[in-house]
Amino acid sequence: MIYNSGKIYTGLIIFVLFITFPIWYNHLDAGTLPDPQKVENAKECVAPVAEMKATHMQLLNQWRDDVLRDGDRAFNVEADGKMYQKSLQKTCMKCHTSKKKFCDTCHEYASVTPYCWDCHVAPVEPAAKGDMN
Amino acid sequence: MDKNRRNFLKVAGISTLAGLGAPAIVDRVISGKGEGEVFASGGAAGHHGAEPTEHHGEGNTESHKEEKTGTRYGMVIDTRQFNANPKLGVKCVDACHKMHNVPEFPKGDKNEIKWIWLTNHENAFPEHSQQFKDKDTADNKVLVTCNHCENPPCVRACPTKATFKNKDGIVMMDFHRCIGCRFCMAACPYGARSFNWLEPKTILPTPTNPDYPRRMRGVVEKCNFCADRLALGEKPACVAAAGHSGAMIFGDLNDPNSEIRKVLKENFTIQRKPSLGTNPSVFYIV
Amino acid sequence: MFEKALKGNTNYRIWLAILGVFMAIGGLCYIHQFNTGLGTTGMGRDISWGLYISQFTFLVGVAAGGVMLVLPYYIHNYKAFGKITILGEFLAIAALLMCLMFIMADLGQPIRALNVMLHPTPHSMLFWDMIVLNGYLFLNILCGWVILTAERKGVKPPKWIYIFVYTSIPFAISIHTVTAMLYCGLPGRHFWLSAIIAPRFLASAFAAGPALIVFIALILKRVANFDAGKEALNKMVTIILYAALINAFFVGLEFFVGYYSNIPGHMHTLQYLFFGLEHHGHMYNNLVPFMWGFVVLCIGGIILLAIPYTRKQNEFTLGLGCLMIFIALWLDKGIGFVLGGFVPNPLHEIVEYTPSLNEIMITIGVWSTGFFILTILYKIAVGVEHEIEN
Repeated sequence: MIYNSGKIYTGLIIFVLFITFPIWYNHLDAGTLPDPQKVENAKECVAPVAEMKATHMQLLNQWRDDVLRDGDRAFNVEADGKMYQKSLQKTCMKCHTSKKKFCDTCHEYASVTPYCWDCHVAPVEPAAKGDMN
Repeated sequence: MDKNRRNFLKVAGISTLAGLGAPAIVDRVISGKGEGEVFASGGAAGHHGAEPTEHHGEGNTESHKEEKTGTRYGMVIDTRQFNANPKLGVKCVDACHKMHNVPEFPKGDKNEIKWIWLTNHENAFPEHSQQFKDKDTADNKVLVTCNHCENPPCVRACPTKATFKNKDGIVMMDFHRCIGCRFCMAACPYGARSFNWLEPKTILPTPTNPDYPRRMRGVVEKCNFCADRLALGEKPACVAAAGHSGAMIFGDLNDPNSEIRKVLKENFTIQRKPSLGTNPSVFYIV
Repeated sequence: MFEKALKGNTNYRIWLAILGVFMAIGGLCYIHQFNTGLGTTGMGRDISWGLYISQFTFLVGVAAGGVMLVLPYYIHNYKAFGKITILGEFLAIAALLMCLMFIMADLGQPIRALNVMLHPTPHSMLFWDMIVLNGYLFLNILCGWVILTAERKGVKPPKWIYIFVYTSIPFAISIHTVTAMLYCGLPGRHFWLSAIIAPRFLASAFAAGPALIVFIALILKRVANFDAGKEALNKMVTIILYAALINAFFVGLEFFVGYYSNIPGHMHTLQYLFFGLEHHGHMYNNLVPFMWGFVVLCIGGIILLAIPYTRKQNEFTLGLGCLMIFIALWLDKGIGFVLGGFVPNPLHEIVEYTPSLNEIMITIGVWSTGFFILTILYKIAVGVEHEIEN
């Protein structure tokens, strides 16, 4: 037997509706999936695409600590033994040439704002009006 | 009585143990040994043993992660050369600040950021006698920068290890980690550290060197001996700007065969504020 | 017990509303600082700590001062403090919250503050300060609340709480010792590099904290019908007197060491603070009035508290004396000590600091928040006392 059951159930319903607000407000629709820029000048990434999609942020954090704190700037890609410099600007952005078309498309969709570009300089946008920031 | 005595002995025994143990703990805490070799304690140049070390980084083909090189990078600044060529100092400062996207401020601005700069002899060496100065020291300016101390007080003070001594003896700044408490600025006896009081992007809308990051507001920054250039086998920007004048010599202080050690052997040099025990890695020929 | 804070007369509401206005202004100013950067303050490359850290340093002392009630009551079983010990504990809570707010206001990247715990660094004194400040805050909340609840129910506090009460005593000493160590372990800052800093901080804390409590107790007597008791107040004044004298003695010792040894580094800051420092034909002396304010108020306060008539017969002069001591020690530690230490800078240049309006408003906002919390806590404590009496 619950006292004040009416109030409690109403409260619970309001609570559930409130926390699921983003879902029903968007009509149970996740919107169009982002379509980041395709790379043309390279065939392989430093890791398989699926892995990069899922864990690129951990990888970048790891690279950052390796380079800055341990002075370890080389990166060994296991698949083909090719060497890459551990660098966002000098490695990643050499293939993914547009921050807007590559990074931002997903980040905006996922509503995340990584602070990389607060300091690091994004490549000059090809074709677009060269916005540095 | 007996009971009291027993209690007394118990307390005395425990206190003695605590007393014996405490110095060891204090020692560990002070030397920071608990955290890996964050900074070496005591010892002058050559403390790490004088075995010749390989210059790493040129080819950049191997992971150096676990490798301890025993390197201690240092610099000799020959003020005689700078006195002879008054424009050289400004050139070195410009080269550094352009390389690292350090924005320009009006001189003496409270928000100023400086990695390397020119100052009077009396300000660079306040502990040295300034009475009856000779013409050269009275008229000329001295280049000052981070000393990359062997016992850096800033590293001791930093609560997040955002500033730390790397394996090459360079006192580094990790801008990603700095919380902006400015304890390191209070701790540095050389005023080598600057804080980003304002948003760097608004002060420097176009980076002077797109390959190097700017900083975010609210973090501390300073000279890093161009660790990124060293990794590519290049000299620090200021040393490169000084060119072949011999005004700045850069190298491994722990390598007895290095050029810098040769210069140190042949010249009388001084360090800034040697009495503080920081053991600076920047030496001056006056 | 919080319901007691919700009911109050008009004066209580007006007082909270005034504080609320300053809190709101401070909050808006902080948003401005947060969005623009610490360039909105008067701090700069040479004076890299300003009002925030100096207020923090002073308030750590106010928090530690509460132990001057806890220690006699719980260790020496000094019964007269029974009624007001809770005031000391609650003052510590409010002061510590102010400390934490000042630290947050001072950080360049406040969002990353938890990096201190993510990357624990035992060789940094700030790491230990974080531990002891939060520890002391926790202990005071726990002890204050449990003991007040027990009092309200008319039962003895549970035995286990005494472990925390006794632990809080060394913690009180440690918060101010570690805060002193932030300064006195830095090479190249001669004014701070003195082994006497920690004891001087403690002496000043044991005067400033109790002085504020006596002052507030006298106000509570008028506005809330709360009588701390003559004996308790008298004993506290004795503590304040000795602590203030010891602080003054320590300041005098700094003068002796500096001027008798004639070592420039040991004299410069004292010269700058009390007489002004001349450098290249310019006189730098913007802190001199504050420091002489400290001297005059300190001597005046000590005299008022030392003379039996002004101390025992006249509550106005008693309150005035305590207020004078409190302000004097605020000038000494909350202004002079931290700001003076940066003059001259490591390159022996002199740069003076003037806080910006935005910075001052944030500072007032934090103080208002602290007093807001303190008012609510004291309202609860006094409410419980009244409940027991009825």
